[in-house]
Amino acid sequence: MSKISLKNLSHSYLSSQVNKEDWALRNVNIDWNDGGAYALLGPSGCGKTTLLNIISGLINPTEGQILFNGEDVTNKNPVERNIAQIFQFPVIYDTMTVFDNLAFPLKNRGISEQEIKQKVEEIAEMLELTSTLHNRASGLTADGKQKISLGRGLVRSDVNVIMFDEPLTVIDPHLKWILRSKLKELHQKINRTMIYVTHDQTEALTFADQVVVMHEAEIVQIGTPVELFEKPRHTFVGHFIGSPGMNILPCKIDNGAISINGNKIETKIDIKDKSFSKTEVGIRPEFIEFNEKGLPVKILKVSNTGRHKIIDTESESGKIKVIAKSSDNIPTGSAFLNFKKDYTYVYGDNWIIE
Amino acid sequence: MNKTVNQKAWLFVIPVFVLVAFNAIIPLMTVVNYAFQETFGNNVFMWEGTRWFKQILLSDRFHAALGRQILFTLIILFIQIPLGIFIALTMPKEGIGVSVCLVLMSMPLLIPWNVVGAMWNIFALPDIGFLGHSLNALGFDYNFTQQSGDAWFTTVLMDVWHWTSLVVLLSYAGLRSIQPAYYQAAEIDGASRWSVFRHIELPKMKKVLTIAILLRFMDSFMIYTEPFVLTGGGPGNATAFLSIDLVKMALGQFDLGPAAAMSLIYFFIVLTVCWVFYNLMMKNEGQS
Repeated sequence: MSKISLKNLSHSYLSSQVNKEDWALRNVNIDWNDGGAYALLGPSGCGKTTLLNIISGLINPTEGQILFNGEDVTNKNPVERNIAQIFQFPVIYDTMTVFDNLAFPLKNRGISEQEIKQKVEEIAEMLELTSTLHNRASGLTADGKQKISLGRGLVRSDVNVIMFDEPLTVIDPHLKWILRSKLKELHQKINRTMIYVTHDQTEALTFADQVVVMHEAEIVQIGTPVELFEKPRHTFVGHFIGSPGMNILPCKIDNGAISINGNKIETKIDIKDKSFSKTEVGIRPEFIEFNEKGLPVKILKVSNTGRHKIIDTESESGKIKVIAKSSDNIPTGSAFLNFKKDYTYVYGDNWIIE
Repeated sequence: MNKTVNQKAWLFVIPVFVLVAFNAIIPLMTVVNYAFQETFGNNVFMWEGTRWFKQILLSDRFHAALGRQILFTLIILFIQIPLGIFIALTMPKEGIGVSVCLVLMSMPLLIPWNVVGAMWNIFALPDIGFLGHSLNALGFDYNFTQQSGDAWFTTVLMDVWHWTSLVVLLSYAGLRSIQPAYYQAAEIDGASRWSVFRHIELPKMKKVLTIAILLRFMDSFMIYTEPFVLTGGGPGNATAFLSIDLVKMALGQFDLGPAAAMSLIYFFIVLTVCWVFYNLMMKNEGQS
């Protein structure tokens, strides 16, 4: 039970670092509150697993500190940190039965037989492993094995944090749903900090209260699913989250006035005396309407998903996607787009301007 | 679907059949032929039935050679397998050290058997050999050409030197194939070094170790050239293992019938042990 803080954490797998690209993690500062359900979201290779392994103590960071409840644990091993971690691919001890697999982390910590039995049976019940409890673990299917891995992570009740590294990759879709809601349910029951690494936004958004988005070795935004959706702080968050993602269009800023290709764009933001090498407007497809006047576009394609229509349009500054209700009438040929002022953001060098 | 019957396909098997016939079937059948008959000069044969088999199976000489053979094989397996695993575990996992170790480990395997025998013969000579001379200088009464204990010691040492590398290389390959996640999970589960070995490394090495044990069993059970060059089976018959005894019988005494019978019994023992061992080791592999 503790609050976990990462301070100025950087890590590189190389012995010397010259470029930005040599770092697997760059200057990470984050607090994980006790009992929170977090998702660590980002594309493959953005440093999620590295961050996780640093928290668990499998990797020593090149720079920075890890604090558990204010106490520096940077040089402590995983056992001393008392954490649980579940890996992407099932890790089971082939020679043991399912029961012994689940009991293994407890046995290593010298817990009494009776307590082990009770704990293991409880976890097995929850993961529906009771019927195979005394079979050899090596005979199980991939998802059966992954359930054992999950079980070994969940069986200890006193851990500081439970970390999941894309644990459902090998599980088939139907079971994925069940296991994910099980985890969520479990989180509410045991109230333990959980960090869930994934590159799947649906997984992240359904599991977590707070989503941490990573991009190219950096944390780009931390927020609730709604915040990430409504106000992405980085263009990456904009197009990574949402389906389809945010429209990002190059714009000009002239004396505080924002324009795309000569068309003035209204925002709530006050931009003055700031200079950037690149400025862009970001607007989610959900917040664009067709109007009598505005940004002129050509309609390229309309696809109806059943719930809504996705319209592909093309302006002189690039393609723009628009989401409209299934019942809406969509103009053909050319049209004008209007951006909702409250949800129109301006990004300078990919970061939001406020 | 109707498949056309075309017996011409058998023609394609002929080259293999001819090859196998000349390198295995015909020589083996010749041995079988000798095993049931008495031979005289001018290719005169007389049917003897199972006489040679009975004679071999009841002879003290065969029992003694078989006993020596089993003892030798057990000793080298009990040394080479644990030692091989231990060396593989301590070998470096990355960097230049890997190649250096692998090359060093491969060296003994590349040396021809008779050269190994000759090397060790000279190396162990009590008066001029480095090993023999040093042992004597240290106060040990060592002479492998005259004392059977010393002859055994030298033969075992030679075999360990020659073949432990094979076990090392196979075990190392097995260890390298273990995903890092296993070690990480074990670290998080709080497993001791022994538990990691017992529950992760050993099970993951099971297949390569099965191969290693089988190869070492077969090779050591059929060992001939190295002890022949080193000790010639002596002193007396102290290191006359099965194959050395067999050659003595077949070529020394020219007892072709009993020697052929002994060959078949010998062959049958190796085959049976390998089959039984392999099946025992692979019994639980069905599902995974």
